[in-house]
Amino acid sequence: MTIVESPRRENARGRTVAFLGVEADVWTIASGAAAAQIAFALLVWIYGQSPRAMTALLFEGTWGSAYGIGQVLFKATPLLFTGLAVHVALRAGLFNVGAEGQLAIASLAAGAVGAALPASTPAFVAIPIVAIVAACAGAAWAAPAAGLRAVGAHEVISTILLNRVADALVGLLLGLGLAQKGGVRTADMAAHARLSRLDRFVPAFAGSAVSTAVIVGVALVALTLWLLPRTRAGREQELIAQNAEACEVERIPVRWRRGQALVLSGAFAGLASLGTVMGYKGYYEQGLGAGAGFTGLAVAILGRGRIAGIVFAALLFGTLAQGGLAINAYVPSEAMEVIQGVVIVAVALGDARLRSWLGEKVRAIALRGKVA
Amino acid sequence: MSVLASIASVTMIAQTIRSAVPYVLASQGGVWSERSGVVNVALEGMMLAGGLAGVAVAHAHGSVLGLVAAIGVGAALGAIHATVTERGRIDAIVSGVAINIVALGGTRVVMRALYQSSSNSPRVAGFGADRGVLARVALDPMVIASVVAVIITMLALSRTRFGLHVRACGEGPLAARAAGIAVVRTRIMAVAIGGALAGLAGAALAFDQHQFQSGMTGGRGFIALAAVVLSGWRPGRAAALCVVFAGLDALQIVLQGHARAFQDLVQMLPYVAALVALAFVARSRRGGPPAGLGVAAEE
Repeated sequence: MTIVESPRRENARGRTVAFLGVEADVWTIASGAAAAQIAFALLVWIYGQSPRAMTALLFEGTWGSAYGIGQVLFKATPLLFTGLAVHVALRAGLFNVGAEGQLAIASLAAGAVGAALPASTPAFVAIPIVAIVAACAGAAWAAPAAGLRAVGAHEVISTILLNRVADALVGLLLGLGLAQKGGVRTADMAAHARLSRLDRFVPAFAGSAVSTAVIVGVALVALTLWLLPRTRAGREQELIAQNAEACEVERIPVRWRRGQALVLSGAFAGLASLGTVMGYKGYYEQGLGAGAGFTGLAVAILGRGRIAGIVFAALLFGTLAQGGLAINAYVPSEAMEVIQGVVIVAVALGDARLRSWLGEKVRAIALRGKVA
Repeated sequence: MSVLASIASVTMIAQTIRSAVPYVLASQGGVWSERSGVVNVALEGMMLAGGLAGVAVAHAHGSVLGLVAAIGVGAALGAIHATVTERGRIDAIVSGVAINIVALGGTRVVMRALYQSSSNSPRVAGFGADRGVLARVALDPMVIASVVAVIITMLALSRTRFGLHVRACGEGPLAARAAGIAVVRTRIMAVAIGGALAGLAGAALAFDQHQFQSGMTGGRGFIALAAVVLSGWRPGRAAALCVVFAGLDALQIVLQGHARAFQDLVQMLPYVAALVALAFVARSRRGGPPAGLGVAAEE
């Protein structure tokens, strides 16, 4: 589980190595985009369409207009949160495959609490309340996995199982009365509990569903990634990922730190409902935001724990999601899921290659230093 | 009929056996893969891909060839998974999640290309042991196939040369390599066998329901994996646990017609049961994972 190690931190001995780190980021981002492009061309071609025409159509539907850009940002919003969520666990050496379920439970909680608030609640009270509820619900849904990990059960299996339980539980709770009478969704949230659409401030985005949640997302990614290496817990989590046994010897509370990482991860995954429930629908219905948890895994792998990396990766997958709709008349939009999987493997493969190549380079530099 | 009466009926037993087939086959696939040292969270995706391949070929050329196709596609995915993790050195969980995503999206794309619908395939005959008496279900070819798969997996792993090599690769890849075993090749073969079984599991599920539906595995691959972990990576016990999970699954079908909320509750049962069992098994620390699970063969 070494995907998050950035070459820079791994070999922080001087300028040269840090430079190689930046090079590595550019390489990952370029290889991710290239793999997406190649897979896209191939799939479109197999489907009997012209790759060039479809690429043009995809671009036109995404980055070709202000509306398209707004839609890409809208699709990228939950991915910022889930990508950050997966990363926060990954840097402690844990795979949170449960962002999907954590988001579902959090979205339901946000929708229910938002609807229960009195209509007169002012925004500066309502929004924090709903956001905190969402974060707590997401964290609560990650807590069993954290507890199981502490007694030795692998978090991948437990989070996957929790996803399935979440699915059924959401259906159950909606049926038991959290949904509107005779409906399948929660009632509309109090007006001030919603995040405003960006087109209120930037008229060019008119019609697209992008909301202020995207700004919150970027800020949260930046703040978390800046803050974590500067806290004791954050540092220790990173060390645990490197060598948990050595950390035990050093009296670092390994189990506790792992649990913290998973619960924090769940909270961030839950906050993705800012983009879906609070920023978009204004209520929760089953299936809203589905898929964002799994794509978050891809975002975290591609983003490699850098602020720009995670933002870029979220934008890339947001583009794929929106672009899929643009070409849906010719090529099924599900093809984009296939591309997403290919990108994950390609980037991880490139990363492994790069790591061994970088390892040799750094060793060579170190050796040269010794000879001189 | 009262709830208790429906639970304690012959229908329930027959239904449990039917539901157990995909779980059991997939769990044996998981055992092959993980005993060789390759973590396999991709059982779900392999089941989906195998299921669609089985139905698509069965629709055109008959059920038997459908099964062959399902086995082939599953084995191919297994080989890819092992190659990417062992030769490409990427994390097995990353590769597994990617395979699941590709399989879920890919089956929809292929279905839309073949049948102009991304959610359902046309109906296929399968082997038709739908309703009916216990004996008919017990003699279903897929039921027999899964029993045979369990026996072969047990014997092959414990009594054959290849099985010994697989276990050696799983327990200590470096030592196995030093002893002259081609670890990477052995692992690729073992995971391909596992993939083939998972593909067969998917086909069994789709044949049982006479149709392939998008995402129809609904987490069965993950439950099967949980059964493998709970069993301490032992094929016989994994299969027995799968029958228990299948029993919880069968409850859903037997209790159809009762209140909607009640059904949702029953739907959660297998997963909650697996989680609770995980907690106890992890605490007892008996029969731990293969020592070389997830350990690279080189470096």
